[in-house]
Amino acid sequence: MWKLLKIELFKIFKRPRTYIAFGAIASVVFLIQIALKYDGKSYVDLLLNNLSGSFEFSDEFKDKLLNGYMICFVILNTLLIQMPLLVALIAGDSIAGEANMGTLRLSLTKPISRTQYMLVKFGASVIYTFALLVWMAILALFGSMIIFGTNDLVVLRSEGIEQMKNFDVLWRYFAAFGYAAVALTTVSALAFLLSVFAENSIGPIIATMSIVIVFTILSEMNIPIYDQTIKPYLFTSHMVAWKGFFYVQADAEGTTINGSIENLPAVLRSLGILIIYIGVFFSAAVWVFRKKDILT
Amino acid sequence: MSNIIEVKNLTKEFKEIRAVDNLSFSVAAGKVYGFLGQNGAGKSTTIRMLLTLIKPSSGSIEIFGMNLQQHRKEILSQVGAIIERPDLYKYLTALENLRIFATMSGIKITEKKLMDQLEEVGLADRANSLVKTYSQGMKQRLGIATALVHNPKLIILDEPTNGLDPQGIADIRNLIIRLSKESGKTLLISSHLLSEMELIADSMLIIDKGKKLVEGNVNDLFDPAETVVELKTTDDAAVFEQLQTSALQKYVQGKRNDCVLLKLHRNEVPFVMKELVKMDVNVISLHSKHSLEDYFLSLTTGHSHVEAIKN
Repeated sequence: MWKLLKIELFKIFKRPRTYIAFGAIASVVFLIQIALKYDGKSYVDLLLNNLSGSFEFSDEFKDKLLNGYMICFVILNTLLIQMPLLVALIAGDSIAGEANMGTLRLSLTKPISRTQYMLVKFGASVIYTFALLVWMAILALFGSMIIFGTNDLVVLRSEGIEQMKNFDVLWRYFAAFGYAAVALTTVSALAFLLSVFAENSIGPIIATMSIVIVFTILSEMNIPIYDQTIKPYLFTSHMVAWKGFFYVQADAEGTTINGSIENLPAVLRSLGILIIYIGVFFSAAVWVFRKKDILT
Repeated sequence: MSNIIEVKNLTKEFKEIRAVDNLSFSVAAGKVYGFLGQNGAGKSTTIRMLLTLIKPSSGSIEIFGMNLQQHRKEILSQVGAIIERPDLYKYLTALENLRIFATMSGIKITEKKLMDQLEEVGLADRANSLVKTYSQGMKQRLGIATALVHNPKLIILDEPTNGLDPQGIADIRNLIIRLSKESGKTLLISSHLLSEMELIADSMLIIDKGKKLVEGNVNDLFDPAETVVELKTTDDAAVFEQLQTSALQKYVQGKRNDCVLLKLHRNEVPFVMKELVKMDVNVISLHSKHSLEDYFLSLTTGHSHVEAIKN
């Protein structure tokens, strides 16, 4: 099994187009970092303008705000919306791409079961997704920490601001990246399922993105009737729950409790729902593929 | 001699279309088995069922004496195949492709053995070139190398000479003969080049519309006593008259366009030639028409070649 997985990874990372996603992430991260390095103060002023009616911010506070942790939060907010496309590029190509190249029929005449083949293919897609996130973490988190230094993290919410002590931030990022990995694996599993039905990779990639876009719009819409009926069941509603790691509890005096998460059960529930989605998508893909006649 | 493949009452339906219809055949060990049929006859569907790419609607397949569905892994580890085109990873080199399919076949193989395999098909000097730079013939040879890399006992080649030039076809033919005669492999080969099949197959099966038309030993299928010869001379009409009163009279079947048709035993061809010389006939050509192609056409078009050419 490990040998087969190594083959899949070899094939993925031998294709030049695999590195487009890594290049795209690096470009966005560097552009944000450069912009904020040279004009970060304007950006912070812009962010704080929305809250200035109810809060007074000192210059010292503003200086503390612009640090590596804050930059990483901005990048995460921006990039995690676009990453499903990058993930779908590989997962959507997994089976459909092999069918299109004609290598699927040759591979399936080898003494490996179709379930094994699917496990290996999906495993490679998941590893690719994780690799993208590790790359993003290196550039966005560690890169920003080096360039901008670290300090307390302040997160702006519509309800107010959340402030976390410097020492209480890094673990939250690890948790957030871990959560993002599960969220993107859900997209990967969807693209993988759609890939089983297609004979070229364009179809599954477009179909995956269409579903993600439609679901995201539904998740973001403030229509009361959808709040209870549809939204809780859309995987896109749960993909943004990584932000929960940056919402902290406060004591009776309003002081932040270090190491706390405001609504951990909600985050864990969202995580559970995403894992169920992954299981359903992958099981359906295996079920369909095992019954499928290979005619390409 | 034991059979390597035993197919019984195999049927495959795609919605309303019956692609393979109650097909039964067997392939003997160590032989080259030709699988013939026109486009859409059901050859590729049958081959895909033999390789578990398509699930049969009914019927059974046994390979190496084991049920294919129940012993898929054990069986496929001893089978090498090319189905239609030898599509490979174009963005990888020949050596990388070969290594991948060797690993997928479940064998440990050294770089030297991989290179030997490429040498066998004449690609050693291009081992590190990307497959996208290969010609069709080179891809075909690499495809065969991937089918042979794990030293299988049974080799299934679906249209192995498709898209090849005459030299490429001859190379594949020689490779098939070598695999059968020297290495004792069993080969099942489908091809549209029927004349090629006549040269390499020990026995064969002809199918049409998914059904078996005939199965048997190639030599038995073509009765040498039924050889039809086309005689072309400088004066067709006069020679036809002359033959009616000669020792060759019993062989004369008729006349078609510029040729006189003779039906005789293959062994009698030298005698006929000698008689023609004695009769001072100016022979332009003497051409045996009883080839596999004629036989195939007579079966799949529903009437004999002799009748066809008479008309």
